[in-house]
Amino acid sequence: MLQQLATLFRYRLLIQSLVGRELKARYRGSVLGFLWSFINPLLLMLTYGLVFTYVFPGVRSKTVEPYFLFLFCGILPWTWFQASIAEASGVLIAGGNLIKKVLFPAEVLPVVTVFSNLIHMLLAVPVMLFFLALAGRLTWSALLFPLPLAVQLVFTLGLALIFSALTVHFRDLRDILSHVLHLWFWGSPVLYFYGDIQGSFRTLLRLNPLSHVLVSYQQMLFAGSFDHWRGLALAGIVSCAVFVLGAFLFERLRDTLAEEV
Amino acid sequence: MASPAITAHGLAKVYRRFLHQNQFKTLKSALLTGSLLSDLRPDQTFTALDGVSFEVPRGCTFGVIGENGSGKSTLLKLLAGITKPTRGSLQVHGRVSALIELGAGFHPEISGRENVSINGIMLGLTKREVEQRFDEIVAFAELERFIDAPVKTYSSGMYMRLGFAVAIHVDPEVLLIDEVLAVGDEAFTRKCLDKIGEFRRRGKTIVLVSHSLGLVEKMCDELLWMRQGRKADQGDPKRVVDAYLTYVAGGEEALLRQPVQADAAALPPKTAPGEAGPDGGYREGRWGSRAVEITRVRLCDARGRERHVYVPGESLKIELDVRAERPVDDFVFGLGLFTADGVSVYGTNTHLEEWRARRLEGTARVALTLRDLRLVEGTYLLDVAVHQKDGTPYDYHRGLYSLRFKSRVKDVGVYRPEHGWSFSGGIELEPPVPRPELDLSEESGTEP
Repeated sequence: MLQQLATLFRYRLLIQSLVGRELKARYRGSVLGFLWSFINPLLLMLTYGLVFTYVFPGVRSKTVEPYFLFLFCGILPWTWFQASIAEASGVLIAGGNLIKKVLFPAEVLPVVTVFSNLIHMLLAVPVMLFFLALAGRLTWSALLFPLPLAVQLVFTLGLALIFSALTVHFRDLRDILSHVLHLWFWGSPVLYFYGDIQGSFRTLLRLNPLSHVLVSYQQMLFAGSFDHWRGLALAGIVSCAVFVLGAFLFERLRDTLAEEV
Repeated sequence: MASPAITAHGLAKVYRRFLHQNQFKTLKSALLTGSLLSDLRPDQTFTALDGVSFEVPRGCTFGVIGENGSGKSTLLKLLAGITKPTRGSLQVHGRVSALIELGAGFHPEISGRENVSINGIMLGLTKREVEQRFDEIVAFAELERFIDAPVKTYSSGMYMRLGFAVAIHVDPEVLLIDEVLAVGDEAFTRKCLDKIGEFRRRGKTIVLVSHSLGLVEKMCDELLWMRQGRKADQGDPKRVVDAYLTYVAGGEEALLRQPVQADAAALPPKTAPGEAGPDGGYREGRWGSRAVEITRVRLCDARGRERHVYVPGESLKIELDVRAERPVDDFVFGLGLFTADGVSVYGTNTHLEEWRARRLEGTARVALTLRDLRLVEGTYLLDVAVHQKDGTPYDYHRGLYSLRFKSRVKDVGVYRPEHGWSFSGGIELEPPVPRPELDLSEESGTEP
C-alpha cells in the first residue's frame, strides 16, 4: 500500500493538472459554470426532501429535524462516492488513446476521477456549513469532518481502481454497476436515520463500510456530537484492505490494459 | 561508439485474443467461482514479434521498415514502454519520447495553452520546464494566434502540429517516431525533418518507423527490416532497402501470377464477345471460336525465366502455346500492351508486319520478344490473340495477363525514351548518385 501511495505521490503533478483540467472542462460552456458543483447536490437534496416531506410524510424519521439539513450531510458524500465509481468504471476505456499510445500511468485516470469529484464536493461543503451554522447546529465536532473523509477517500480509491480495471475486461460491469450503485444508495443511511433501523436490515447496514462513514458525517455535522469511533475505525480498516486489493488487482491487470482497451 | 542506447534481446510479444462467447463464460464463472484472475485465459494467441534482437548505439538514427503487420508498431510500443515484452529483455537508456500518436491526451474543451502544459507534464516534464519551453513550443507549432482557443476548434493539422511541437520539446535522449512525418503541409514537414536533423547532430538516438523508403535511406545510419514479426535483415540502409524492394517485387510477382492462370482457366470455352462496352471502356475477357486455341501464355525475361515484374530496359518475351483442332491457313497472331487504365502502349500482329500465313497444325509455340522495354513504373495489361485476317477471332484473350514495371526513378507517362540532360555554364546541379535499377532476375520465382 505504501508503494502504491508512493507511486501516486510521484505522479501528483500529473494528477493535479489532470484534476484541474477535469474541473475546467466539465462546466466549460455552461452558463452557471462552477455553481453546478453545489446546485447539483442541492437539487437532489430538494427532490428527496420534497418527496419525504409531502409525498411520503409518514415514512421518514421524526428524530432528524430539520430533515433537509440531515439530507445535506449524507447526500454530498454519497454523490462524491457514486459519481467517482460510475465515472471510474469507464475512464480507462474513454482514455484508451492515452494508455495505448503514450507511456502513461493508467492508475492516474481513476484516481483523477475520484479527486475531481472530491473537489466538487468540497466546493459544496461551505454552503452546507453555512446552512448548518444558520440552524445553530455547528459544534466543535464538525472539526472531525476530515476523518470520515479520509476513510471514504481510501475506500473510493480502492473501488475505483478495481472497477476501472475490471470494466476493461468485462464491459458488462458498467451497466451492472449503475444498478448496484442505486441499490447501494438505498442500502446506505442517506435518506433515513441509522438509529431508526432495527433487525436484520440493521446488520446489513452495519456490514456496509459506507454506513459508518455516513453516520460519522451526520453525527459530526448534524447532531453536533460524535461517538461512532468504533464503526469509523472498522470502516477505515476495511477501506485500507479494499485499497490494497484494488492496487493489487490493478497491478495484475496493468499489462493487459493497453491491449484490451 | 559508446554503450548502446537500446539493447533488445530475443524480444517477443504475444497478443491474446479473447473470443466473445468465452468472455461471457469467463464473466459468469468468474462471478460464480470467484476465480477472476485465473480465468483470464486467452483463447487464441497472436505472435506480433518473435525473437527480435538488435542494438542501437547511442546517437544512431535507426530506421525500421517492413510491410503492414510486420511488427514495426509493436516494436515501437515496446521501446516506448507502453506494453511489456512477453519474452526477451529490453533496455532503453535515457528519457524516451514517443511520437506515436500526436496530441493523444489533448482535451478538446480546454485551450491549447492548458493542453500544452498538461501534455508536457504527461510526457514527463516538470511544470517549470513546461513554462520555460512554452513559447518555443507555440512558436514551433505556429499557433501563436490560436493558443488560447479550445483545442476542439483546431483543424487536424493544427492539432498535429501542436502535438508534435510538445513531444519534440520534451528533449528526450531517445526519440521514437512512428510514421508521423506525414502530418502538416510541406513546410511543416520540412521543419520537422530539420528538427530531427538537429536531434541527430546533438547526438540523440532516434528510432524511425516509416514506409517512406527514400526518407529512411537518407536519414538513417542503420536499418532494421521486419518481416512477419521477425528480423529479416539489418545493416546499411542502402543494402537493406534494396533487399526489401526486391522482396516486395517478389511478392507482387506472386500476386500477378496467380489471377492470370486462374482467369484463363476459369473462363468457359465460348464466352460471348466482350467487345468494348457501350462506354468504350476496356473490358477484360476471352472470346472466339477456338478453332485455334491459345492454351498457355508465358511472360519471361531474357534468360527465359517466367516473371511478371520487370525493371525498365529489360527484354520481355511473350510465349503463346497454341493448338489447332484442324489445320488452318488463315491465321494471325497478335499482341497488345495496355496501361492499367486501358491506354494502348503498343500493339502489333503478324498480318500488320506482313507475315503471310501458310499453315498451322496441331500444337505449336509462338514467341514475341520486346527488346529494351522502357516503360515507366506501373502495372500493364496484355492482350494476346489468334484470329483470321478479317479479324474474326479464334481465341482472343483481352487483358487477362498483367505485368508490372518497377523503377527507382518515379518519372511519369508511359514510355521512357533513352535520354540525357545537359546544362550550359551558369547552371549548377549536383548529379544524382548513380543507382542501378533492382536486379530482379536473381530473386524472381522465389516465394516471399
